[in-house]
Amino acid sequence: MHGVSALTTTTALTGLLVLVASWLLIGALGLVQSNRIGWVARTLFPLGALVALGVAAMGAMSLTTGSAAQTSVLPLGLPDMPFHVRLDALSGFFLLLLGSAGAGISIFAAGYFRQGEGTAPGLLCLQYHVFLASMALVVLADDAYLFMVAWETMALSSYFLVTTQHRIPEIQRAGFLYLLMAHVGALALLLCFGVLHGGSWLMTFDSMRAATLSPAWAAAAFLLALFGFGAKAGLVPLHVWLPEAHPAAPSPVSAMMSGLMLKVAVYGMLRISFDLLHAGPWWWGMLTLAVGLATALFGAVFAAVQTDMKRLLAYSSIENIGLIFAALGLALLCYAFDMRLLAALALTAALLHALNHALFKSLLFLATGSVLHATHERSLGKLGGLIRRMPWVATLALVGTLSLAGLPPLNGFVSEWLLLQAFLSTPSIPHAFTNMIVPLGAAVVALTAALAGYVMVKFYGVIFLGQPREPSLMQAHDAGWLERVGLAWLAVGCILIGVFPQAALDAIAGVTRTLLGTAVQRGPAPWWIAPVAQAQASYSGLWLLLGMAGVIATMFVLVRRMYHGRVRRVPPWNCGYPELTPRMQDTAEGFGQPIRHMFGPFFRIEREVPSPDDQRPRYRIQIDDHLWHGLYLPLARIVGWLADALSVLQRGRLAIYLMYSFLTLIVLLVFVL
Amino acid sequence: MNALALVSQLGGVVLAVALAPLLAGWVAQCRAWLQSRSAPSLLLPYRTLRKLFRKDAALATQASPLFRAAPYAVFGAMATAAAIIPSVTTDLPLAKVADAIALVGLFATARVFIALAAMDIGAVFGSMGARREMMIGFLAEPALLMVLFNAFLMFGSTALPTIVKGTLDADGLTLHPSLAFAGVAFVMVLLAENARIPIDNPGTHLEVTMIHESMVLEYSARHLALIEWASWLKLFNYACIGFTLFVPWGIAPHAAGPLGLLLAIVWLVAKLAVAGAVLAVIETVSAKLRIFRAPEFLSMAFLLAVLGLLVHLLLQS
Repeated sequence: MHGVSALTTTTALTGLLVLVASWLLIGALGLVQSNRIGWVARTLFPLGALVALGVAAMGAMSLTTGSAAQTSVLPLGLPDMPFHVRLDALSGFFLLLLGSAGAGISIFAAGYFRQGEGTAPGLLCLQYHVFLASMALVVLADDAYLFMVAWETMALSSYFLVTTQHRIPEIQRAGFLYLLMAHVGALALLLCFGVLHGGSWLMTFDSMRAATLSPAWAAAAFLLALFGFGAKAGLVPLHVWLPEAHPAAPSPVSAMMSGLMLKVAVYGMLRISFDLLHAGPWWWGMLTLAVGLATALFGAVFAAVQTDMKRLLAYSSIENIGLIFAALGLALLCYAFDMRLLAALALTAALLHALNHALFKSLLFLATGSVLHATHERSLGKLGGLIRRMPWVATLALVGTLSLAGLPPLNGFVSEWLLLQAFLSTPSIPHAFTNMIVPLGAAVVALTAALAGYVMVKFYGVIFLGQPREPSLMQAHDAGWLERVGLAWLAVGCILIGVFPQAALDAIAGVTRTLLGTAVQRGPAPWWIAPVAQAQASYSGLWLLLGMAGVIATMFVLVRRMYHGRVRRVPPWNCGYPELTPRMQDTAEGFGQPIRHMFGPFFRIEREVPSPDDQRPRYRIQIDDHLWHGLYLPLARIVGWLADALSVLQRGRLAIYLMYSFLTLIVLLVFVL
Repeated sequence: MNALALVSQLGGVVLAVALAPLLAGWVAQCRAWLQSRSAPSLLLPYRTLRKLFRKDAALATQASPLFRAAPYAVFGAMATAAAIIPSVTTDLPLAKVADAIALVGLFATARVFIALAAMDIGAVFGSMGARREMMIGFLAEPALLMVLFNAFLMFGSTALPTIVKGTLDADGLTLHPSLAFAGVAFVMVLLAENARIPIDNPGTHLEVTMIHESMVLEYSARHLALIEWASWLKLFNYACIGFTLFVPWGIAPHAAGPLGLLLAIVWLVAKLAVAGAVLAVIETVSAKLRIFRAPEFLSMAFLLAVLGLLVHLLLQS
C-alpha cells in the first residue's frame, strides 16, 4: 500500500513538472504565429486551461494520497546548485487553487484577448503562460535558489502583462511602481533566505528546516518574510502598488494577479513561518494578526469610496488578503501556545478563504473585463443597467458578488464563519491580556465582513442595475461563449464550495496535518461542517439552501394558486415625478458618501466645490491614501536626494572611474591581506 | 429525528409566519393608544396582505428579473431564519444547520437582496434608500454579532438551542453583567434593523427621511405584500432572538410533549405582547434622529456589546 502511494506521488510530481513544461511550451508556441488570433487565443489558451485542470487534479491527488512528500532534483540550475522540487500537502493545495481558478481564467482569456490591444497576442500568450508556470514553480520549489528564480520570473512576467498597453503613461507609472515594490519585497526575501540557512550555506529547504536559529535570527527571518511576502500580498503599508497595477492590467491578468499571485505570497508565508521556521513565539502571531486586521479594515473602507470598478476590486483584494493574514496570524498565535486544534481551525479558515477568494475575485475581475469590452468604460460613474444588456455576465457576477459579500449559502460565508469560530475560541488562550484582546479581533472581522456587503452592493448595483448612465451603454453586448464558460466555471466553484464545504475542508485537512500535526473534525456528511464539536457549532450550506429554496417555492406556488400571477408593465412610479433621468440615481461617489463621512480621518480628501454664483459649476473630489503622501512620497524624495548627492561621484571622465577601480582594489587587498 | 421534532420544526416556521403580522398589528395598536389616536384593528396587517395579494402587480418597464425575484428571496431568508431560532422549543432538527452566525448571514442576505432590488429601477429614492439601508446594516450587523458573541462566550456554543439550554439549566437567576450591556446593545440594534424610531419611521410619508420604505417604493401588489410580510417576520425574529438570549424562560426543552409545546406557545405570545408594548413605548418617547446621527447610535450599540465582551473576559480571568 505504501509503495502504491509513493508511486502515485512520484508520478504526480513528474506529471506536474511535465505540465509546467507544457505551459512554457504553449507560451513559446504563441510566438509561432503571433498575430493569428485564431491560433493564439482559440487554440493555445484552451490548451493552457486543460493543463491548468491537470495541475489542479495532480494537486488534489497529492492531497488525497496522504502526507508523504515527494522530492526530486532537476538537472537544471547551476553546476553545483541544481533545482530541487518537492510536492507535499501544502504545495498540493496551492496547486489545486492555482489550477482550478487558472482553468477558468484561461478559458475566459481565450475569448477575451483581441488583436490590436497593445502587445501582440502571441507575445501575450508567452508572458501569460510563463506567469502561470512560474507561479506553479514557486509552489513546487524546494530550495531558495529555484524559489527566487521562479519568484522573480513571476514578478517580471506579470510586470510585462500589466504593461500590455504600455503606451498609456498611467499604465507605465503603475507598472514601474509594481516592479519597484516587487523588488523591494524580493530583496527582503533574499535576506530572509540568507538568514534561514543558519550558517550552513546550503540553499535547500531541507537544510533550512534542520538549521537551528537563535531566537533573534529566527525573528529576523520571520520579519523579513512578513515584509517580503507582505509586499507581494499587499499588506498595509506595502499595498500601494496593488490598486494601481490591478486596474492597469487586462482583466484576465488582473484576475490572475489578484486571484492567484497574492495566494502564492500567502503560500510563501506559510512555507517559511510554519515549515521552515516551525512557527515561533506568540508575538509573531500577534503581529501578523494585527497587521492583517488593519489591512482588512483599511481595504474595506477604501473599496467603499472607489469610483473605478477595477480599483474597487483591488482594494477589496487588500481587504481579503488582510483577513487571510489575520487568520494566519491567529494560527501562529494558537500554535505558539500549543493549541493545535484551534491553530488548525484558524489555518483552515485562512486556506479556505484563500481558495474562495481565488474563485470569486477572479470571477469578478473577469466580469469587469466583459463589461470593459462591451462598454469601453471602467468608471462606475458611466455604467449602469447592464443586467438588461448582459444577462449572462450579470447573473454570473451576481454569484461572485454574493460570495464576496460573505452571504450564506455561498463559499465566502463558510470561510468567514470558520474565522469567527476560531476567534470565538480564543478566550482559552493561556496568556493574560492576549486572551482578552484577541477575541476583540472578531469585532474587526465582523465590521469588515459587513463593509464588504456594502462594497459589493455598490459594485453590483452601480454597474449592472439601475438605468444606463450613458446612451452608449444601450449598445453593450453580452460576453461570448468562451467567456461565459470561464465565468460559469468559477461561479460553479463558488456555489459548490458553499454547498459542500466539507470537501474543501478535507483537502485542507491534509495541509493542517502536515504543518500542525492535527486537523479540524470532519462533519458527519459532505454537506455538514462541524469543525470543533457538533455541540459548539455546525453549519450546512446545502440544508440552508434547500430550506430557503423550499420556502421560496412554497410561497411562489401558494401565491399563484390562491391568487394570480398578473403583471402590468408601467412606467416607474418614482413618487409621481414623471421625468426620470439616469442622472437622478446615486453615483458611485454618492453611494460611497456615508463611508467617506464616517471614516473621514482614513482619507486624504481634496475637494473643489463650486461657489454659489458659478456660471458653470463643477464638483471635483479626489480621495487619496495618507500613506502615499505621508510615507511613500517623502521616501521617494529622500532617495532622490541621496541619488543627487551621490551623483557627485559621476564625473564622466575615464581617469576618475579608473581611479575608483584602483582604490576599490586597494581596499579589498587590505581586507584580504 | 422523531416525528414530533419535525412537526415542531415545521409548526414553528408556520407559527412565526402566521404570528408576525399580528405582532406588527399589536405594536401599531399600542402606538396608537399611547399617542391617543383611535387604534387600527389588530388584524389590519392581515387585511393589508390580502388586499395586496389580490391586486395586479404594476411593474416598472425596466424592472429586471432580479427585481421580481428579490421579494421571494427576502421572504425565504426570513422564514428560514425563523426555522433556526428556538422560539417555542429547543428541539429543532434544523437548528444544527445554521448557528447564530449563519442567522446574521441570513439577515445580511435579505438586506443585500432588497438593496439590490431597490437599485434596479434606477429611480431617485431607490438607490438613496439602498445606500442608507446598507449603511445602517453594516453598522448593525457587527453590533448584533458582538451581542451574540457575549452569549457564546458564556455557554461555549454558537448554537442558539444550546444557549437557551445553558440559561435554563442554570440554578436560579444569575445576573450576568456582560448580558446587561449586550441587552441594551441588542435593543438598539433591533430598533435600527427593523426601521423603527429613532432610526427610521415605519409610518412616515416623507420620502426624503425614509430608509426602508424608500427602497420598496417601486413595489406593488404581491411583491410588496411579500416584502412587508418579510419585514414583519424580521421584527418577529429579532424579538425571538432577544427572548432566546435574555429571557428564555417558557421555551419548551427537548422531549416536551405536545402539551409542553402548547404551553410554550402561550408563553411566547405573552412575551411577544410585552415586547411589542415596550417597543411601542420606546418609539413613542423618542424622536427620530438625523440620518447622520444614526452611525453614532449604532457605534454606541457596537461599543456597548464590545464592552460586554470585555466585562465578561475581565470577570472570567
